[in-house]
Amino acid sequence: MTKREPFFWITISCGIVIMAFILLPLIEMMTAPSLSMLKETIKDKDVLRSIWLSIYTAGLAALISFVFGTPLAYLLARSDFRGKRLVESIIDLPIVIPHPVVGIAILSIAGRNYWLGQIFSELGIRIMGSVTGIVTVLTFVGMPFYINAVKDGFEGISPRLEKVSRSLGASMFSTFSRITFPLAWRSMLVGIIMCSARAISEFGAVVIVAYHPMIAPVMIYERFEAYGLKYSQPVAVWLVFICLSLFLILRILTTPSREKVA
Amino acid sequence: MIKTENLNVSLQGFHLYDINLSIKEGEFFVLMGPTGAGKTVLLEAMAGLVPVKSGRIIIGGKDVAKLPPEKRGISIVYQDYALFPHLTVMENIKYGLHFQRVNKKEAEKRTSRLLDELEILHLEKRFPENLSGGELQRVALARALMVNPGVLLLDEPLSALDARFREDVRSGLKKLHRSSGATFLMVTHDFADALSLADQAAVMSDGKIEQTGSMEDIFQRPCSKFVADFVGMKNLFLARFSGSKATIDDLEIELGRTPVNAHGYIAIRPEDIVLSKESFTSSMRNSFRGTVSGVFDRGFYYEIQVRVGETTFKSLITKKSLSELGVREGVEAYISFKSAAIHNF
Repeated sequence: MTKREPFFWITISCGIVIMAFILLPLIEMMTAPSLSMLKETIKDKDVLRSIWLSIYTAGLAALISFVFGTPLAYLLARSDFRGKRLVESIIDLPIVIPHPVVGIAILSIAGRNYWLGQIFSELGIRIMGSVTGIVTVLTFVGMPFYINAVKDGFEGISPRLEKVSRSLGASMFSTFSRITFPLAWRSMLVGIIMCSARAISEFGAVVIVAYHPMIAPVMIYERFEAYGLKYSQPVAVWLVFICLSLFLILRILTTPSREKVA
Repeated sequence: MIKTENLNVSLQGFHLYDINLSIKEGEFFVLMGPTGAGKTVLLEAMAGLVPVKSGRIIIGGKDVAKLPPEKRGISIVYQDYALFPHLTVMENIKYGLHFQRVNKKEAEKRTSRLLDELEILHLEKRFPENLSGGELQRVALARALMVNPGVLLLDEPLSALDARFREDVRSGLKKLHRSSGATFLMVTHDFADALSLADQAAVMSDGKIEQTGSMEDIFQRPCSKFVADFVGMKNLFLARFSGSKATIDDLEIELGRTPVNAHGYIAIRPEDIVLSKESFTSSMRNSFRGTVSGVFDRGFYYEIQVRVGETTFKSLITKKSLSELGVREGVEAYISFKSAAIHNF
């Protein structure tokens, strides 16, 4: 056997350091709370309410991204137009903007001295301190992840499949529903998971727009501030556990079960 | 019948300029040209799959240039076949029936005829990812013909196949053309495909039609430098004409006729130039002494370049004559050709 180059050992040791860096804190946090404490926490109505709020606002953000983002993702994947690069950069903006800035930006259009805010208040829509506000923020930060994932998915489908479908008599709509959608829905699912995972983790922007009603990250922060590490850990464990299980279930439900004839 | 009138297309990177083609009902028309000539774009423009800038596309007497692709009755088979990967072979083949009003009996009849003719009955339940190249192609053909298209467009159907199968596929296509009664328009860059299949053909380059006509015409009487070169007329010279003579550099060549348009090029196929060691008397009016300046192995043949004065002629000979004539670089040789072998344009 040839002697390994020093470079090989450098790559291996860097790898080990990174693995430890990611896993140690997570494992420590997940194992720190005792079972009885976990049990007690999950019985807490406030905890349950905030985790549920986190999940369904993130889910709504993903749903909104699905409805509005899918056509845009398709457009970006299929056509070239002037300013496409610009549109793509704009879509990526929420990823790079600091989170509290997102919160402040959203509040500034929802205020009474801005025309949109006036319209909202006349319609009785409140952004500040409301579920609507939370969903707005989560959609803002999650949407780019959905659009990018789905755009990649659409780009992976040969436009020729759609062209053949058209030439065989299918309208644009039939082509989308019979060819494009069945081939792209898996990437849509990935997009939904990415988008809602990002949305669930949002804290900085939400805390500015809506401290109450309290989503789970805000509650974790509040418990940490008020009672310390020990009391915030169990909530965090439950949030991580529930989210991971949901994503896992979603994945399993949608794995192909069809057996292909070899 | 399908006809294009002054068709112009402008896509990024691809342009078609004033395409005028006329393909008769039930014809097998072959469109040739090098890669990047715009052949696929032309097919897609006819099928309505890329936007047309101006011009008309007439199918069965009706201008369809403004119709969406699903209303044109044109099927297309791509080079990569583009089968729907999430559907079985049978679902692929019957895909077009969802959008047509075909009664069940007729649909069944068509299906079984195509499955039978293309020998793909046993593949019915398989998915495209488990098919070989030849099988994919036959499924794609069946899918395209299932909707009884007036026109079938074939985008280089033979280029992705193993050379051994090409002959089979060619005869298969010929049979299919006859049994379907559809007008076939096939794109290829392969000359042999065109020779064996085409009723009529066209040569394209850089988004323009260079020449249309029978294969015989294109092969023997190219009308431009590009086509002459494309069909392998390797002896292509700019000439001056006077009476029945043409002059290239300092060589005087007897044409045996007075050309109609006496300016431009003369072209001679390399296989029409006879190479010999000695000058010999024959019916060939043109015979020149020169020096062999190059010998190139071209597989079944050798290409011999002979320099006569300032002009280099290319001739094709077999391996056998190569050794019999003792041809090698630097030796003296005679070239002769009939005046009938000289084409001018």
